Amino acid sequence: MFTIENLHAGVEGKEILKGVTLEIHAGQVHAIMGPNGSGKSTLAQIIAGRDGYEVSRGSIEFQGRNLLDCGPEERAHLGIFLAFQYPVEIPGVNTTYFLKAAVNEVRQARGLPEMDAVEFLKFMRRKAASLELPEDFLKRALNVGFSGGEKKRNEIFQMAVLEPAFAVLDETDSGLDIDALKTVANGVNQMRSPDRSQLMITHYQRLLNYVVPDFVHVLHNGRIIRSGGKELALELEERGYAWAAEPATQPA
Amino acid sequence: MASKTIILPEEKTDSRQALFEQFAEQCPGPGWLLPMRKASMARFAESGFPSTQDEDWRFTDVAPIRELAFKPIHEAPADAESLPEIRKRSLLDGLDALCLVFVDGVFVPELSDNLAEDSRVYVANLQRAFLDDPASLQKHLAQYSQSNPYAFDALNAAYFADGAVVRISRNTAAKRPVRLIFAANGFEEGRTANPRNLVVVESGASATIVEEYLGLGKSATWTNTVSEFAVGDNALVEHVKVQDESPCSFHTAGISAHLGRNCRFRSHSFALGARLSRNNIWAKLDGKGLKCVLNGLYLVQGEQLADHHMVVEHAQPRCESYEYFNGILDGRSRGVFHGRILVRPQAQKTDAKQTNKNLLLSEQASVNTKPQLEIHADDVKCTHGATIGQMDEEAIFYLQARGVPLPAARRILMRAFAGEIVERIEHKALRDRLAQAAWKRFENSQ
Repeated sequence: MFTIENLHAGVEGKEILKGVTLEIHAGQVHAIMGPNGSGKSTLAQIIAGRDGYEVSRGSIEFQGRNLLDCGPEERAHLGIFLAFQYPVEIPGVNTTYFLKAAVNEVRQARGLPEMDAVEFLKFMRRKAASLELPEDFLKRALNVGFSGGEKKRNEIFQMAVLEPAFAVLDETDSGLDIDALKTVANGVNQMRSPDRSQLMITHYQRLLNYVVPDFVHVLHNGRIIRSGGKELALELEERGYAWAAEPATQPA
Repeated sequence: MASKTIILPEEKTDSRQALFEQFAEQCPGPGWLLPMRKASMARFAESGFPSTQDEDWRFTDVAPIRELAFKPIHEAPADAESLPEIRKRSLLDGLDALCLVFVDGVFVPELSDNLAEDSRVYVANLQRAFLDDPASLQKHLAQYSQSNPYAFDALNAAYFADGAVVRISRNTAAKRPVRLIFAANGFEEGRTANPRNLVVVESGASATIVEEYLGLGKSATWTNTVSEFAVGDNALVEHVKVQDESPCSFHTAGISAHLGRNCRFRSHSFALGARLSRNNIWAKLDGKGLKCVLNGLYLVQGEQLADHHMVVEHAQPRCESYEYFNGILDGRSRGVFHGRILVRPQAQKTDAKQTNKNLLLSEQASVNTKPQLEIHADDVKCTHGATIGQMDEEAIFYLQARGVPLPAARRILMRAFAGEIVERIEHKALRDRLAQAAWKRFENSQ
C-alpha cells in the first residue's frame, strides 16, 4: 500500500536521508524511532510534500501512485495525512471553517458531493465527543492560543475527521502529559482498521505503550538500521540508540 | 514639522481666484457662508498643494491631482436621475438603511429615499439644511475640522456644493443606519466633487453612519470629501466608510471627530478603489473615559496607492484608543500608514494601542508605515506595532497538507487577514456585506 524505496533526500545540498526503504501494508501500524537529527521529521515532511527538500534518488509510492509527482494537496486527496510536530497557528481561520474546506476539497477530488453545513457540524461534534474535546475547540481560531497538548489533540481530531488511509504522526507524543497522551493514543486506535495504516514517528517508547505497533524501525543517520516487532521499542528504551547503532549487533 | 508652500505662477493664482469667485456665486447660502468660503480659500492658497517635502506627505505624491484641470462641481449632471444603477453598483446593495445619493457631490433626491420628517433623527442634504436650520449649521459646520490642519480640508470648505447633515437628538437611537452614497460620474477629466458632511450625535444618542464612494466612469476625477463628527457625552457612533472609486480616480478624505465624555466612537475605513486615496483622520478625545476605535483595511493592486494618516489626540484623562489597520497589497501597489498618538499633559491614564499589519502579495508592492508617539503626560500606556510580510509559507503548507489547493489556501489566509478588521464592525448586516465584498476581491487572486 505504501512503499519507500531507497530514498535519498536532503536540503540545500546536505543529504539527510541516505537510502530509506520501508514497506507498510494496509491495516498495519509502524513506528519509526530515532535520536534527534536522524532524519525522522525530514521523512515526515517529504511524505507530506513539503517544498524545499531535494530528492536525489528513490521513490515513494502510495496505492500504485508515485507520490513525489503529487503536490501536497493531491496527496491529501489520495488519503495521506500528516499530524504536524509543530501545528501552525492560523489567526482568523476557525477550526470548523478550515476543516469544512478541507473535507469538501477532499470529497470534491474524489467525486463526492459536498457535505452540507448541518450534516458537517453533526459529524464534527460526534468526532469531537469521541476524542473528549470541548466543543469550543471548533469555534476557536486554528491553534491560536492553544497549549501544546491542545494543538496535538487538534491534529488527532483533524485526522479523525479526514479519515485518511495513511497517517503519519510526527512526534505527536512529545510534550504531552499523560491525559493528553491517552487522548492521542485513543484517537489513533480508533483509526485502526484493516484498510488504514499509520506511521508513528517518535523519540520515545512511551506512546507505544498505548498504541501497539506491528513493526518498529530505528532510523539513524538517514538510514533504517534496525527493524523488528514491538519488543524492539522496549529494548531501545532500555539500551539506548547507541546500542542500536553498533554495527556488530546489526542483523544479518 | 516641515511644510512647503507651492508658489503658483501669478496668472494661475489669478485664474484660481476667478474660478473661486465664480463658484461661490453659483453656490449661494446663508450670509455667513461666503466669508467662511473666502477664509478657507485664503487658507488653501497659503498652504497650496502639499508636496513630498512635507513630512506628512512624504510617501504620497499628489502631483497627479495638482496637474488635473480643477473643475469643482456645483450641480449634478443633467442625467443624474437616470443613474439608478448606482445603488446596484454598491457593495452594500440591499442594506436596510436610510439612503441619500449624491452624484459628483450634489444631492439627487430622485435616487434617494424619502427624507422622513423626524425632528429627533434629522437627515437632510446640506442645501436643504441651510434652509431648515442655518443657525445650527453656523454653529457646527467646519468647526470640528479646524483642529485637523489638512490642506484639502480648506479646499473643500471653499468649494463644497452639498453634502449630508445628520443630527440625532439627545437620548435618541437612530434605528436604521444612515447611508450616504457618493458617486463620481466620471465622464469628464478633472471633475472634482467636494462633498461636506456634518454628523452631530447629541449626548446619550446613538447612530450608525455609512459613507460610500464609488465611481461610474473612466476619467481621472477627484473626490475631495470632508466629514465632521460631533459626538456628545455617552453617545454611541459607528461609522463605516467604504471607498470603492474607479481605479483612475483620486480620492482625498478628511474625517474630524470631536468626542465627548464616556462616548464610544468606532470608525472603519475600507480603501478598495481609486488610483490614489488618502484618509486624514483626526480624532480629538475631548471628554473623560471615552473609547475610540479606528479600524481600517486597504486592499490594493496594480498602480494603486492607499494612504491612511491618523492623529488620535488624547486631550482628557482615562480614554482608550485603538487603531487597527491591515493592508493586502498586490501588483505594484503601495500602502502608507501614519499613526500619530498625541497625549496632552492632562490626559493621564491614557491607554492607546496601534497596530498596522501588511501582507504583500507581490515583490513590487510596498508599504511605508510610521507610528508616531507624542506623549506629554507621565501616566500613560501606549503601544504600537507594525508588520510587513509575505504570506506565511508554513500556514500555506499546513492548509495544503489538509487538501486545500494552493490558490484556495492563499484565499483563506487573505480572508483571515482581512477578517480581523471586518469582524470589528458591530452592525451585523454591514459586517456581513463587507465580508462578502472583501471575499469577492480575493476570488480571482492567485
